[in-house]
Amino acid sequence: MSNTIPNRKAFTRTLTVLAQKDPSIFVVTSDARGSVTLDEFAQLLPNQFVEVGIAEQNEVGIAAGMATFGKKVFVCAPACFLSTRSLEQVKVDVIYSGNPVRVIGISGGVSYGALGFSHQSLHDFAVMRTFPNMVVIAPSDRFQTEAVTRWLAEHDVPAYVRMGRSAVPDIYTTADESFRFGKANMVRPGSDGTIITTGEMVAHAVDAAMLLAGQGIQVRVLDMHTIKPIDREAILLAAKETGVILTLEEHSIFGGLGAAVAEITGQDYPVPLDIVGIADEIPVEGSAYDVLHHYGMTGPSVAQRMMKLLRKRHS
Amino acid sequence: MNRDTVAFLRLKSALVRKELLGMIHHAKTGHTGGSLSSVDILTVLYYHVLRIDPKHPKEPDRDRFVLSKGHSVEGLYTILADRGFFPKEELASFSSYGSRLIGHPSVKVPGVELNTGALGHGLSCSVGMALAAKRDHSDVRVYCLMGDGEQAEGSVWEAAMAAANFDLDNLTAIIDRNRLQISGETERVMRLESLEEKWSAFGWDTLIVDGHDMAALLHAFALDPKPHKPRMIIAQTVKGKGVSYMQDMAKWHHGVPSEEQYLQAMQEMDILIKEVTIHE
Ligand SMILES: [Mg+2]
Repeated sequence: MSNTIPNRKAFTRTLTVLAQKDPSIFVVTSDARGSVTLDEFAQLLPNQFVEVGIAEQNEVGIAAGMATFGKKVFVCAPACFLSTRSLEQVKVDVIYSGNPVRVIGISGGVSYGALGFSHQSLHDFAVMRTFPNMVVIAPSDRFQTEAVTRWLAEHDVPAYVRMGRSAVPDIYTTADESFRFGKANMVRPGSDGTIITTGEMVAHAVDAAMLLAGQGIQVRVLDMHTIKPIDREAILLAAKETGVILTLEEHSIFGGLGAAVAEITGQDYPVPLDIVGIADEIPVEGSAYDVLHHYGMTGPSVAQRMMKLLRKRHS
Repeated sequence: MNRDTVAFLRLKSALVRKELLGMIHHAKTGHTGGSLSSVDILTVLYYHVLRIDPKHPKEPDRDRFVLSKGHSVEGLYTILADRGFFPKEELASFSSYGSRLIGHPSVKVPGVELNTGALGHGLSCSVGMALAAKRDHSDVRVYCLMGDGEQAEGSVWEAAMAAANFDLDNLTAIIDRNRLQISGETERVMRLESLEEKWSAFGWDTLIVDGHDMAALLHAFALDPKPHKPRMIIAQTVKGKGVSYMQDMAKWHHGVPSEEQYLQAMQEMDILIKEVTIHE
């Protein structure tokens, strides 16, 4: 049976359990109780819950102020607003002042595909990873989301975490096996080429790898859950051992995971590279799947792109 | 009001004015006008109101002060050094390569609670601090000094709404109402008045005081909080206060005195110091 628990729900379930034991854990949200699935947290832990209304700048500023009192603050709101409207607060109040606020962007990427560009966050990896000390993570499934949430509760670091709206297929079977901070997971071995992917695109990358395997092509799939600090070693090893890299992310083709991989391979071990993501245009509208399909980001299209990339290497 | 306290604060603020002018002159950079308009407020806070211990700058139960108008940092550094948070000799390094005394408050400096410099941030962070104190049932008080030009930032009003919503009677905000900003008169750049009505309407217990009258400032800070209401003190001030040729002139926002102007300012400061010393 397929999974029905979205990552945002896995996040709030885990956080609620942790916060019941740790009174320093706080949630700050901007009228996003429903979309983040925070009702239970708010009911059980009213003293650790802060509602600021629709005010994302204030929300991050308040979180930073609370962090100076030793609170482990998780700011939770739709990624589109949180990674844009409050960007200066993230830069100055969180990063510059050194306040370890955990910025949780939910319904990220094209989750709200039909609601238009205002509700999409396709720039967030790019901007967040330029901030010094910022941790950037995109969990791939509910197990990894649980592990990431636990890790964030135990580590006082500024972080941006992006998760989607809908349930996605399981990649892992337990939380424990799913996450080591800053270390990519090889979810499929292979030496003919590598797909480096992150967040909820991991499932699509696995689909592509399975299609390719049907044609005798074994591609490696790396789940780069931690986009910053990125796993250089795994990237360079993939370049050396498999010769081509395709990156796949629910993000603009500029500045995100693909760019991060290019920065490393381009300087240290150049190999043919294809950056697959949302094109540089105002994206089409539709369900998240429709949008991903339109931009060639689902299994079959990704498999074709990899075939093309492989031909390029061999020509 | 204790007359000795008022006299002591007057003398302190005159000395701080002289010191910060020296710092700006030495560094050949600084936000002179706004530092001079806010010195008296900072003096009252740091020498009388705030519960702080320079020997233990991270003491959890300390009161918090956030300089949201971060560009007026010269007065803050001068006072922190005088209070013993760091050695006074360090003031000579202001704005120089490698110095932690940069042109806006930095948490690298003992006694500074927050990096500021981008306007419209300090009050939100102060709300977070005051809210955390409330949730902890702590008696810590939080103070936040804003500029008047800063009032055009929308985030100020998000924070204003939240402070009242959370019943933060442990929060006091002050506006350095010098009526000038970098481009000229605040009312010509972006009309702010009536600030009193605006803050009152946002649910704050709002007072207007003379921001250079030590007794009035002491009185305002000593008033018991109105239950569940944050307090706003609109301090009417004069930009460049204390130096005759700087007073009420927008160009001194970040003007640096020439050698001749500096000598004149020093003479004026010496006269001021003498005056307040005699009155003691
Ligand atoms: Mg002003």
